Amino acid sequence: MEQNIKIVLPEIPNLHELDVYIQNGGFNAAKKAFTQSPDDLIEQVKKSGLRGRGGAAFSAGLKWSFMPKTTDKPKYLAINGDESEPGSFKDRQIFEYNPHQLIEGILITCYAIGAKTAYIYIRGEYHKWIRLMQKALDDAYSKGCIGEKMKDTFNTEFFCDIYIHKGAGAYICGEESSLMNSLEGHRGYPRVKPPFPAQRGLWGCPTTINNVETITNVPKIIENGWEWFSKIGAEKHPGTILYGISGHVNKPGVYELPTGILLTELIYDIAGGVAGNKKIKCVIPGGSSMPPLRGDQLEGIRMDAESLKAAGSAIGTAGVMVMDEDTDLLRVLARITKFYYHESCGQCTPCREGTGWMLKTLNRMIEGNATSDDIDLLIEVANNIEGNTVCALGDAAAWPVKFMLDRFRDEFEKYVKTDVSLPVRNKVHAMRGTVVPLVDVKR
Amino acid sequence: MAFKFTEENLQRIENSKKKYPTNLAAVMDACYIGQEQNGYISNEVMAEIAEVLDIDKVNVLGVVTFYTMYFQKPMGKYHIQICTNVSCMLRGGYEIWETVKDKLGIENMGVTEDSKFSLEEVECMGACGYAPMIAVNEDFYENLTKEKVLEIIDSLK
Repeated sequence: MEQNIKIVLPEIPNLHELDVYIQNGGFNAAKKAFTQSPDDLIEQVKKSGLRGRGGAAFSAGLKWSFMPKTTDKPKYLAINGDESEPGSFKDRQIFEYNPHQLIEGILITCYAIGAKTAYIYIRGEYHKWIRLMQKALDDAYSKGCIGEKMKDTFNTEFFCDIYIHKGAGAYICGEESSLMNSLEGHRGYPRVKPPFPAQRGLWGCPTTINNVETITNVPKIIENGWEWFSKIGAEKHPGTILYGISGHVNKPGVYELPTGILLTELIYDIAGGVAGNKKIKCVIPGGSSMPPLRGDQLEGIRMDAESLKAAGSAIGTAGVMVMDEDTDLLRVLARITKFYYHESCGQCTPCREGTGWMLKTLNRMIEGNATSDDIDLLIEVANNIEGNTVCALGDAAAWPVKFMLDRFRDEFEKYVKTDVSLPVRNKVHAMRGTVVPLVDVKR
Repeated sequence: MAFKFTEENLQRIENSKKKYPTNLAAVMDACYIGQEQNGYISNEVMAEIAEVLDIDKVNVLGVVTFYTMYFQKPMGKYHIQICTNVSCMLRGGYEIWETVKDKLGIENMGVTEDSKFSLEEVECMGACGYAPMIAVNEDFYENLTKEKVLEIIDSLK
């Protein structure tokens, strides 16, 4: 397999400067795209097999084809750079090292779906990367690569504008419908789907939302052809992925590699193995929301959507977190749950209440006051959150708890006792199971 | 005390409004600008934002209370944000947190008496491969140790 193919982050010095980008063939793909019909472009991206890099791994071309062909409303493109998933830190590399390829991708996408305005939603904490991206946009505007001047530069009738929208610290805004609400100036509450964004998105108009990395792939697909792209990496999930490796490895960082490489290769060869040559206890392969994998069952697992699904997890944002044998998984799980408790927007009861309940139970386990019933209780609460909320944050909160407890039950059994005498905090609970009736009802 | 935007900031809000089809969408930018000018978002700032954007005050309040990067009380000159999420935790995020907390003698969202420092335990900041990390105001400091973090804090004047 060709390992050193780089699509999103080529190793060219100073590529973030517009002149360097143009010298290296920048905007050739856009020129090529503007001579073709939008339908052709959508078809090419569809055939290339490009799948979303933001978590759901949905076909990008298919998503574009949902946009209505005839409408009297303006259409919008929103680029999701909220990047708040713990373990994921790839988009900032694009803002820093290859912003113009993202811009070119946006131009092509806008042309393909017929949008005149694109917004890049970047999380508020990324002050530095917002400045870098804004500089790239300003440069591209002054060179006539964006905006009305595009007509002359590319000799086309089409033009579009690109703006940055700065988030303000809410994980939930990485969810596409919540992102739209945030962009419109509302609280970041997810919307009920359907209607899907392609029917009713930003300001009620047709909208497409793509991840930063997904769109940065587009110019190379148009330039080199969909056949070229579809042959890279795994068959059903082609291309390269920015793997973000963190935790107990010797060389953590972001690495661009083809999809479908072995997880063990990624950890041992690329990221330099586990610090102190320890064994691996647990790996979360796609950001903290994805089901964790046991360290003794990593052999043969490949990093693409289909293989990871078969292994009982998901590719997510390809943020790989490695935990060595000395890791206290209870504390890890409690920390993950604390995160979802903090980030739950509070709109749906199962998620708002459930995350807090799970956190309390896990904290009780840390204090040593849990019984083995509590493990089942946690799984039950998680099952009651999953699938019962408007957006996927509920699932994201439930999966780590559910799968961690299931796959590492032996680990958690160590923390629980068969019999715990709890300090009585709640009178009603204390009376449960006794002969005294809870309510003295006179019949 | 009434709050008024400076001429320059009014212009920035005008520019922000041009990005969107509605005024409401500019509320997040306006809140940032208000926070920058005033140090935090008081009721007066919210009223002024509503006035300038010609939107309801409740819209501003809703946004300010939803997002964690808007402050409704004065914070320190240096707002220190420490990530303790999983990737940082695995590489010593909590040790950094305890070290800084002891050094400054304040709790989460606390402000030192001289208003120089404030402290916040934040969720993942997107620096997982360079953990543990802290952010001071807008700048990230990555690959930290206890010693390095103390050095950073001592260097802030």
